[in-house]
Amino acid sequence: MSRATIDVWVGIFVAIGLGAMVFLSLKAGNLLTTSNAPGYRVEAAFDNIGGLKTRAPVKAAGVTVGRVESITLDPVTYQAVATLRIERQYEFTRDTIASILTSGLLGEVYVGLDVGGDEEMLADGHRISKTQSAIVLEKLVGQFMLNQASSLAGETK
Amino acid sequence: MVNGLLRGLERLGAATRKAVTRLGFASRFLIAVLRHTPTAFLRLPLTLREIYFAGVLSLVIIVLSGLFVGMVLGLQGYDILSRYGSSEALGTMVTLSLVRELGPVVAALLFAGRAGSAITAEIGLMKTTDQLQAMEMMAVDPLARVVAPKFWGGVISMPFLAALFSASGVFGGYLVGVQLIGLDSGAFWSNMQAAVDFQLDIVNGIIKSAVFGVIVTWIAVFEGYDTKPTAEGVSAATTRTVVEASLAVLAADFILTVFMFRGV
Repeated sequence: MSRATIDVWVGIFVAIGLGAMVFLSLKAGNLLTTSNAPGYRVEAAFDNIGGLKTRAPVKAAGVTVGRVESITLDPVTYQAVATLRIERQYEFTRDTIASILTSGLLGEVYVGLDVGGDEEMLADGHRISKTQSAIVLEKLVGQFMLNQASSLAGETK
Repeated sequence: MVNGLLRGLERLGAATRKAVTRLGFASRFLIAVLRHTPTAFLRLPLTLREIYFAGVLSLVIIVLSGLFVGMVLGLQGYDILSRYGSSEALGTMVTLSLVRELGPVVAALLFAGRAGSAITAEIGLMKTTDQLQAMEMMAVDPLARVVAPKFWGGVISMPFLAALFSASGVFGGYLVGVQLIGLDSGAFWSNMQAAVDFQLDIVNGIIKSAVFGVIVTWIAVFEGYDTKPTAEGVSAATTRTVVEASLAVLAADFILTVFMFRGV
């Protein structure tokens, strides 16, 4: 086989190999919209983050506007501090409420943002002051059982 | 009784010494091949020829296997996921299993069988028919002329083959999940995109396939060069290449996975 034919075939091979890598990165890994979009960081302190993990989506009205970048424990207040990285094209008011929500009963955990009416906008390094912690299913069930038990006890008296 | 024990111990010792010697020989061989890297790239047509034989000729088997593996993953994944009412996670499951594990590993196993065995047989036969010695007589270093281009041809081909395997597997999963079973195409892709991370999943998969490429091709060229110069020697070396390369790939995959995905 002549050298030119081999060159052409190797060229085709490398091109479709690179094409497969690009396909995986863009179509499966969604590289363009997740990690490369420029953004700003805000912090939010929660009493309990439940099952929130880093890289979880940050959503406003159901639209993904950013990701959870890191989660740490504040050593003074013993609150969990989540750093949210929000894409630059989205702006939120300073009195935005951040709450930890779950999509469906067993779905992924995400941070939901509810916009308030403040004139001022959140900027890099700001901290969201109004937050709502995750609802821990076990606690809810425990509370429900306790209520049931006490109301039963009230009836029998 | 004591004699028998001694003889057993002696055999064990000899086997260990042989294994260690072989490992040392193989490592020095790898270093020697790496030292000849410049010639492999300066005389590019030689390496391109090897990419043609190792990579281009493996295209069909890789793409077809990827397609079938993806389709089977789609069927089995749907069966299991639908029990938990989460069949829309099918795209995530298919893609993560392909990109993280099956793509690099199965592509490397196929590569060992398809290209590794051919490399060993070719070098082994060149040695058996004294072609390597003839080259040395003409002051042509067979390591530079034959082994280094084959090594780099295999190492370069492997990541592309693994990526192709994963991509055609994802397509196979899409065919079964969306076209055959009738899942929503939007849910299939968007759940996948939400769960697959570029750094963690795709880059790590490519790193894995590159490591497997080095392992398989290294074993293949070494076994070829180390062949006993007889007809049986060549056949034994070819078999050893496939067996050793497959085992090494699976073991290396475990070690890499421990470092890449533990605690995620």
